Amino acid sequence: MVHNRKGKPPRVGDNTVFRRSLLGIVLVFVGLMIVAPLVVIAVEAFSRGVVYFAESIADPDTRHAILLTVIAALIAVPINTAFGVAAAWAITKHDFRGKRLLTVIIELPFSVSPIVAGVAYLFVYGLQGLFGPVLQSMEIKILFALPGIVLASMFVTAPFVARELIPLMQAQGRDLEEAATSLGASGWRTFFSVTLPNIKWALLYGVVLCNSRVMGEFGAVSVVSGNIRGQTNTLPLHIELLYHDYNAAGSFAAASILACLAIVTLVVKVALERQGAGRVQRPAALAGADSIIPEVKP
Amino acid sequence: MKIRLDNVVKEFETFRAVHGVSLDIGSGELVALLGPSGSGKTTILRMVAGLEYADAGAIYFGDENATDIPVRERGVGFVFQHYALFPHMTVGENIAFGMKVSKVKRSPQAIADRVKELLDLVQLSGLKDRFPAQISGGQRQRVALARALAVDPRVLLLDEPFGALDANVRRDLRRWLRKIHDELGITTLFVTHDQEEALDLADRVVILNKGKIVQEGTPEAVCRNPADAFVMNFLGDANKLDADIRGGKAYVDAVAFDAEGVADGSGQILFRPADVSWREHGHGIAARILRVIDRPDSRRVLAMTGSGQAVEFDTAPEFPHRKGEEGFIDIRRPRVYAAA
Repeated sequence: MVHNRKGKPPRVGDNTVFRRSLLGIVLVFVGLMIVAPLVVIAVEAFSRGVVYFAESIADPDTRHAILLTVIAALIAVPINTAFGVAAAWAITKHDFRGKRLLTVIIELPFSVSPIVAGVAYLFVYGLQGLFGPVLQSMEIKILFALPGIVLASMFVTAPFVARELIPLMQAQGRDLEEAATSLGASGWRTFFSVTLPNIKWALLYGVVLCNSRVMGEFGAVSVVSGNIRGQTNTLPLHIELLYHDYNAAGSFAAASILACLAIVTLVVKVALERQGAGRVQRPAALAGADSIIPEVKP
Repeated sequence: MKIRLDNVVKEFETFRAVHGVSLDIGSGELVALLGPSGSGKTTILRMVAGLEYADAGAIYFGDENATDIPVRERGVGFVFQHYALFPHMTVGENIAFGMKVSKVKRSPQAIADRVKELLDLVQLSGLKDRFPAQISGGQRQRVALARALAVDPRVLLLDEPFGALDANVRRDLRRWLRKIHDELGITTLFVTHDQEEALDLADRVVILNKGKIVQEGTPEAVCRNPADAFVMNFLGDANKLDADIRGGKAYVDAVAFDAEGVADGSGQILFRPADVSWREHGHGIAARILRVIDRPDSRRVLAMTGSGQAVEFDTAPEFPHRKGEEGFIDIRRPRVYAAA
């Protein structure tokens, strides 16, 4: 073999020019697309001073929007969490007809534009809609009220928890549950003392993602809420309203609240990822492989 | 506890089906379900456990029909192939789990005492506070056994208990399990695809193929009298020569073998590599040596008969013959079967 000192074949990605230009592209992209807008929000929010910022936040309509957003999240997130856990449990630990179909349907909200979901809700629950007359005669108000906002948010975020759990629970298999049951544990007992402890990080991760999406949801909510200032305006809708009122500073102040929520979410997410959530990881005890575990002498 | 399976059937869309299996397991017996993958052995074990329900047939525990008793109330100890230890609980907590969730209330002290007793039994006294990820595969298997025994099961069921372990650990654990079984006298059923393991450990071996029992009996009975060519092949290395069967004789290259009771037509002669002698002259099937392979305690010879059929046999390390030499193979204990 001819030894070529200079032309040592570079490994993939070893080429300096290639590596630097790749990194450069990514940095420019991140700067322009992600960092710059966030900086602008912070700067603009305080552009008329801290006092004006505080006033903007303290504005009754803004406060109401924040409150409404939090309430919507407080309702939608727990329901979707329960739904997600139930769906993941059913899909991964039981066999039934139409299992694949159910898996696909659960994922559907990811591929449907939220605005389509909103319009669909209009057709179902609106005055001219399917159940509209019935609901009106019973004096139940779904659209242009809290229930509509919650429903639309739930539609959009339905897959989040289930999607985090399904791959993990699939990888874990059914052995643990079968073992617990054969030892005499009831279904609830098995869930709470065996299943839940092994999925808790992934579950929290899913809940965090679901929450941030509920709070930030715009499209579907904008259709079903009617956008009534101080009544059915969630924070994202309120930001848009303020912006259209040429109240840039107020709009950015409200946006900064939402951005703060996002940053909190991000921090929680990173912390959870450190715990091993959001990754499909089979516990070593299940894998049956001893290679990575140091031998312990009795 | 006696167990009886009465014509148990389980259909799957995939290959693991069980087609009408009847089996009696005596109280205190240690029985191996032996078969290749897909033979239905694990499915049978899971049906006995109640982890799977039979489509037809019945399973009796003693005189009680246990077919529809859910696994939770069936009182079986099940040891999983990959241990299925709860990774978030310590060894001690794993063993205590069954006693904690049991309908029979035990005081914390009673549970702690029983955990200690079981840890002593499986020789892991020092590991009570370790997590499953911190102990070796063999130790995990013993914890899994202790956990299964903690609920005082009527029957102990083990699914490929040593499948995930390396050879040495495997042999040690096998002997150790036999000892524990003899001490406790609990009816035990275990599944394996390793014939050596089954023959080494079990009182009785049940050999399965394609969802049916092909033979059952003591290790001696199945070894000395394999019921058919499948069993003969499955239990160990076997040579297979095509033969013509006519009037109670099987003919291979004009050499006749006794084949009483085998129907006329095409058939096979099977024999173990150790049951062959090589002769330079005299009677036997004419053959030529193709290769000689050396092993620590023997020599394996690959040969070809006059009619072009391959034969492998074992000889003493001093075997003097070499590649290309011609001679005759003399078969001891040939077994003749009609073609399947």
